[in-house]
This record gives sequence, C-alpha cells and structure tokens, in this order.
Amino acid sequence: MALKETLHNLKEKYKGQKMAPAFNAIHTFLYAPNETTHDGTHIKGADDLKRTMNTVIMALVPCLVFGMFNAGYQHYMAIGQGVAAGGDFFSTAFWNWDNLVFGAWKVLPLVAVSYIVGLTVEFIFAVIKGHEVEEGYLVTGMLVPLIVPVDIPLWMLSVAVIFGVVIGKEVFGGTGMNILNPALTIRAFLFFAYPTWMSGDKVWVAGAQERASQIAAGMELDSISGETILGSLAQNKAAGYELWDMFLGFIPGSVGETSTFLILIGGLFLVFTKIGSWRIMLSAVLGALVMGMMFNGVVDAGWIDSSSKFYSLMSTPFWVHLIIGGLAFGIVYMATDPVTASQTNKGKWIYGFLIGFISVLIRVFNPAYPEGVFLAILLMNVFAPTIDHYVIQANVKRRMNRLKVKNA
Amino acid sequence: MSRDIKIKKGLNIHLKGEAEKTLSKAPRAQVFALRPENFHLVTPKLTVKEGAKIKAGEVLFYDKNQESVQFVSPVSGTLKSIERGPKRVITQLVIEADAKDEFLTHKPLDLEKADRETIKAHLLASGCWPFIMQRPYHIIARVDKTPKAIFVSGYTTAPLAADLDFTLIGKEVELQTAITALSKLTDGSVHVSVGRDSNSPLRGLSDCVVHDVSGPHPAGNVGVQIAQINPVNKGEVVWTVSAQDLVIIGELLRSGKFNAERVVALSGSCLDAPQYYTTKIGSAVEPMIQEAQLSEAHSRVISGDVLTGGTVGHEGYLGYYDNTVCVIPEGDDYEFFGWNKPVFDKVSTSRALTFSWLQPKKKYDLTTNTNGEHRAFVVTGNYEEVFPMDIYPLQTLKACMVKDLDQMEALGMYEVAPEDFALTEFVCVSKQPHQRIIREGLDLMYNEIG
Repeated sequence: MALKETLHNLKEKYKGQKMAPAFNAIHTFLYAPNETTHDGTHIKGADDLKRTMNTVIMALVPCLVFGMFNAGYQHYMAIGQGVAAGGDFFSTAFWNWDNLVFGAWKVLPLVAVSYIVGLTVEFIFAVIKGHEVEEGYLVTGMLVPLIVPVDIPLWMLSVAVIFGVVIGKEVFGGTGMNILNPALTIRAFLFFAYPTWMSGDKVWVAGAQERASQIAAGMELDSISGETILGSLAQNKAAGYELWDMFLGFIPGSVGETSTFLILIGGLFLVFTKIGSWRIMLSAVLGALVMGMMFNGVVDAGWIDSSSKFYSLMSTPFWVHLIIGGLAFGIVYMATDPVTASQTNKGKWIYGFLIGFISVLIRVFNPAYPEGVFLAILLMNVFAPTIDHYVIQANVKRRMNRLKVKNA
Repeated sequence: MSRDIKIKKGLNIHLKGEAEKTLSKAPRAQVFALRPENFHLVTPKLTVKEGAKIKAGEVLFYDKNQESVQFVSPVSGTLKSIERGPKRVITQLVIEADAKDEFLTHKPLDLEKADRETIKAHLLASGCWPFIMQRPYHIIARVDKTPKAIFVSGYTTAPLAADLDFTLIGKEVELQTAITALSKLTDGSVHVSVGRDSNSPLRGLSDCVVHDVSGPHPAGNVGVQIAQINPVNKGEVVWTVSAQDLVIIGELLRSGKFNAERVVALSGSCLDAPQYYTTKIGSAVEPMIQEAQLSEAHSRVISGDVLTGGTVGHEGYLGYYDNTVCVIPEGDDYEFFGWNKPVFDKVSTSRALTFSWLQPKKKYDLTTNTNGEHRAFVVTGNYEEVFPMDIYPLQTLKACMVKDLDQMEALGMYEVAPEDFALTEFVCVSKQPHQRIIREGLDLMYNEIG
C-alpha cells in the first residue's frame, strides 16, 4: 500500500514539529495508528475514543436526515403548498424530493459551519498546546445543527460555536476536562445573546422570518406562524397537532429534535452498543414523568383552573411531555455525555432523574421560554461533581466503618 | 469458615495459543539472570563480585532498605557480568550456569517445634523471603510487620496464564509444608482459593481455609479474593504468596535446598507448539521458545501473562515471580479506517460495531497494537463492569494522577495492586496506563505515609 507508506514517512518527518497534531488528526482519521503497548497490558480492547464518538454520530444520523425532510415539510406546509402526512411515518407527503432539497439546502450549511468552525478552533488549540486533536467535537459538531432553529443566521452559529468550544471546553483543558456540555453551551450562548432568533413563533419554520420582513415592507402575503407545541401551550392555546404527529416528528421545532420516534431508536442503539448510559436515560424519563404527574395531580385536585396561565402546560398528560419539545433529544444525546454527567453509576440515577424532573418544571413555569431541558442539563452538569462526591463519600464511609467495627 | 466467592463482574479474554497440558523438561539454558527490577522498591547491595563461583541458593545481593532480605542464585555457576543502566542502577546479574546445579544446603526445619521467629529467620537466610509479598503497596513483605492473614490464589483466570491445577500436580507435600510454615507467621489464617469444581492439588490442604472461587477474570487475582474474604484496612498488612512459589518454599523447608525449579506455561499465538515446561527462575527463555517452535519472528516475548507481565525480548529471562511466558505478535502496523469499520477479530466490552459479544467463547489472536491513541478520560462506567471490588476505579486513578494522598487513602488504595487495574486498562477507551498510574500512586503513598 503506497498511501500507507507515504503517510508513515510524512508522520516521521513531522514528528515533534508544531504542525504534527494537525497532520496526525488527518492521518489517524484514515489509518488507525501503528502504536504498540509499552508497559501495562500488552493487549488492548478494540474501542478507542474515535469509535465511541462515531457510534454517537451514527445514532444521530437518522435525526439529521429526518430534520432535513422536516425543514422542507414544515416550510411547504406553512406556505400552504404541502400535504399533511397525517400520522403515517412513511407518507410520501413527507419523504419527497421537494422537502429534501429545500431542507438540505437549509440544514447542510448549518452542519458544515458547525464542523468547519468548531474543528478549526480545535486544530488551532491542538497546535498551540501541542496535544493531539481530540474527538469530542465530532459529536458536538453534529449536535449543534440539530438543536438550533433552522433559520438561524450562519454568522450567529459561527460566533456561538467559537464561544462554546473556547469557553465551554478548551479553557478547561479540552475534551474530557470540561464541566458544561459544549453543545449546550453553544445553545445557551445563542439563547441569551440572540433571544429573538431562538424563541417565539417566527424561527421554527424555514422562511418565517423572511416572510415577516416582507410583510413589514408592505408585500401582501400571508404570514407564516410556526409556533412550537410548547409555545402554543405556554400561551394557553391548544397544541394544534395530533399525538402521532408529535411522536413521529411532523412538527415545528429545532432541526433534529422533533422525531421522538427516531430519538427512541437512536437511544436504544446507544444503550445496546453500551455507549450511552441507560441509567441516565431511564432515570431522566422517570423524572420527567414524576414531575408531569405532580402537575396533573395539581390540576386534578382543582388547585388551579383554566384561568391560570400555567393551565395548559400543567394539564398536559404527564407522558406527553416526553414527545413534545427537546426533552427526548436532550435525554438521549446530551444528558448522557459522559464527561459532564455524573461519573458514578449511582450518581447517574440521581443526575438523570433530576434532569427530567427539572426540565418539566422549567417548561411549565417559564412561559417566556417554554423549553427547559437545556437549562436543566446545564444546571445538572454543574451539580454532577457534587452528586458524585456524595456517592463516593458513601463508599469512603463504608470503608471507615469497616475499620471502626474492627477496632471496637 | 470457608466461603464461596462468586465473582460476576469481569472479562474472560480467550486468546489463541493456550499452552497444551503436556509437560516437558526445558533444555537447560546456559545463562540465567536475576533482574532487580522484578523486586519493586528494593535497592540491591551486591555480596558477590563479577567472576565469582556461586552455588544454587547462595546470596547474590540483599536489600539496602531491609538488610535481612536476601536474594539468592537460582543456579550454580559463574557470575558472568553485572549489567548496569542509567545512574548505575543494576539491571541484571547474568550467571553462566554449570551443567549440573550444586546446592548450598540449609538444615531442614522441624516445623513442629519451630516458632515464628525461627521460621522467619530461616526463610530470610535461605532467600525464600522475597516470595512473600505484602499489601498495602504490593512490595516484598516488610520483615517487621505481622500480617493479619495470608492469601494464596490457586485459581487462574488471566489470559494464557499457567493453569495452577496443572502446574502444581504432585507437589502436595511441598505445598502443605509451606502452608503450615506460613500459618505460623500470622495471627489470622492462611486463605487458599481454588477454582470451584476443580481438582486443585491445593484443595486437600490443612492448616488453612480453602475457598471455592468462580467467575470471570479477575476472579483469580488474589486482590479480588482478599477484598471478598478479609479486606485490608488502614494500618493492616496482609501477605500474599503465589502458589507456585509455595513449592520452592516447601522444598527448602523439607530438604534444605533452594530449588528454583518451576513449571511454566509457554503460550501465545506465535508458537506452533505451546505447552508446559519445567525450568528455573531466571532461565533464558530462548531455548524453551525454540522447543515450542516460534512461528513469527516479529513477536513480543512477555514474562508473565499478557495483562500484567513484562516485555523481556527473545534474549530475555524468566522473571522471578512468573510462571508464564507469552509470545504474541507485535502490532506496529496501520489499519485502514481502523476506528470505524466493524471489528470481528478483536475483543471489546462494547458493541460499537465490535462483535466479540456474539461469540463469547471465540479465541482471538490479539497483537500489541493499542487500537487507538492516548486520550483524557472521557467514557465512564465501563471500568466498573470489569472491576469486581468495592472501589471506584476511575476516581482512584484520578486521585493517583493528582497525587491526592488523602483521597487515595480514602478510596481504598491500601487494598489494590497494579494487577487489579489490568482489566480496566485493557478496556480503557482513552488508552490510559492504569497499572503505571496505580504503581506510581502506591510508591508515593509508601514514601509519604509508609
């Protein structure tokens, strides 16, 4: 193999030079390295970080593809040129070229910008600090376009990605050292820096903003209203979509988070491959259900009536919370980030449960911004080390007690 | 108070080239060597000069930090050279062996009458003491401490390692003598573990508690068994002795001869005829490998098993504590798209396009390739799956890396040895050197806390 030898010679040539990490990143992408063990175990397991990250990306691809179709579908539905899929997942009203072409034209630039900007920052830091380019951004770069509104300007995304990678990750020392989930740091930055682009009824459907400005300029057009279900509920309006549409994902929302069905499949894949923590996923679902049930109970007990501004969200059946908004996506792909989650198995139960619990809490009580999952995960990211501390202290105490019993 | 020990967490790694259960006498090597690096934290002080004639069992050096601990020659011959490395550290003492061993004989010990101090003195004088290891710190036992219990594992679970049920056959008398002697050195008991349903020669021994162990690797690691039977607390000391070394101790006590003979498994996929050989501590491995028909020259020779052993090379020597020699292929080659293509020929605990979970009994031909680059810790929860102790492995490793002594102590470092972290190192996605991290952590604790 000529390519193999050529690359090997280049690697030897660049060894120790400043650009070596950049070269190695590309080299190891093509070829698993020829490194051998030195001390310790002479043989090693098959998994490395690239494979781990790649597995998460594979689990995300269905969501990305669906997101592209959905961007087109929502657009054509909003301008009155679409046909409703009507709860049929394989409906050609959804899976058609028009939807794909329009959606791909909107979504692929987001993916490209996310990867190009993010990886550039990673490469620069790797070269400056002289460490290898780590794989964390492969997943982050895929997550980011899936959790933003489809119409977000690309320059905004670039700024946010730079902020997220530098402040969210590199200042802590890179992949494995960060406290906050980088993808969510990027989203939080966007949300607080450009709130009008991240919420309301003009951002979730491609073309809505444009249409609104055309109307403002005096053109006679119907405006596009692309309210998310949570947005409608927060304003005490009806959800406006059938349950099956919500579950399958034929609803407005961030690019890749609408299809609970595909997220469920991705989640099962991650659990099966043992890459995603089933403990976190399961406990987060339980947490969301418990909080939802408590709200249902408040409504059932008659403590609030339909005049309350929280009525719609509180009276939403507890399990419906799982299929609307970004909760499912957050639980499966973001809460399970091993670096920012709890690192002990017991801690993962607590961490996951609180994410589900707090997500629904924020969702119901924050009508200004009705999605809570990203805030809940970021909050629990901060508390994860504390949870671990107490879990580990229990182990330490057990060890101390053993000694005490002995000496008593 | 025998207990059944059932281990659930762990991983059996099945490799090609397991030693066939036939025993031959290895051709006697012309050179033998003792490598002080086998004796961790020992500072050797030589008692012989280059060119000296030595008998088998004659003292070659002692430990500067514990002068009564002496190290003896496994064979008789001439001390050919004393090789030194950087800072004049002695790397190996090479002995040109006589054709037939001439022994330095001690008086046999009457165990009925002997008390603790007599036995101790006898083991020290004869060079058998270094076979006794202690925890905490996994070093040669400190002479001034009395252990609360002594542990011997007779159960083998490590990949390609010598099956003790086979290597100890016919050694019952020596084993019993050694166990009886050890039982007088502790206030507690001697705990011996054997594989459940095995017909281990250790099973019928008296003066000890025999435990039945079952489960995947690392169930055979003595550290895992200690944790189940009587875990080490702060301030306590336990001793461990490898089962095969009991034979040498037993023979010395009975006949007065330090007979370094040992049954060794020669295994690995680079050999056409892997099998068991009788050889001696420190023997050059080359003649033995010749016998077993080396099929791949570009291979690594390991003294010890593939998870915990040391690279010795084709010109190397059998380590002081090892009863296994493995020869496995070197893996210094690139693999096209090795990080994302489906993997059928490697072992993995995940199912991320790795398919070893489909065939749990399949035997693999693993190389020394790292299968990826060194990274910061990212993945969590996968060490716990193969770590059957009530200890948090990731947190313990991190405590060692940041040298947080209080945390290391609290998390249970007194209970562990580097070998306990071999499997976590094997499955580590970030390819971190766990055993080295733990060894350095233990050394730090030993120096700071003692």
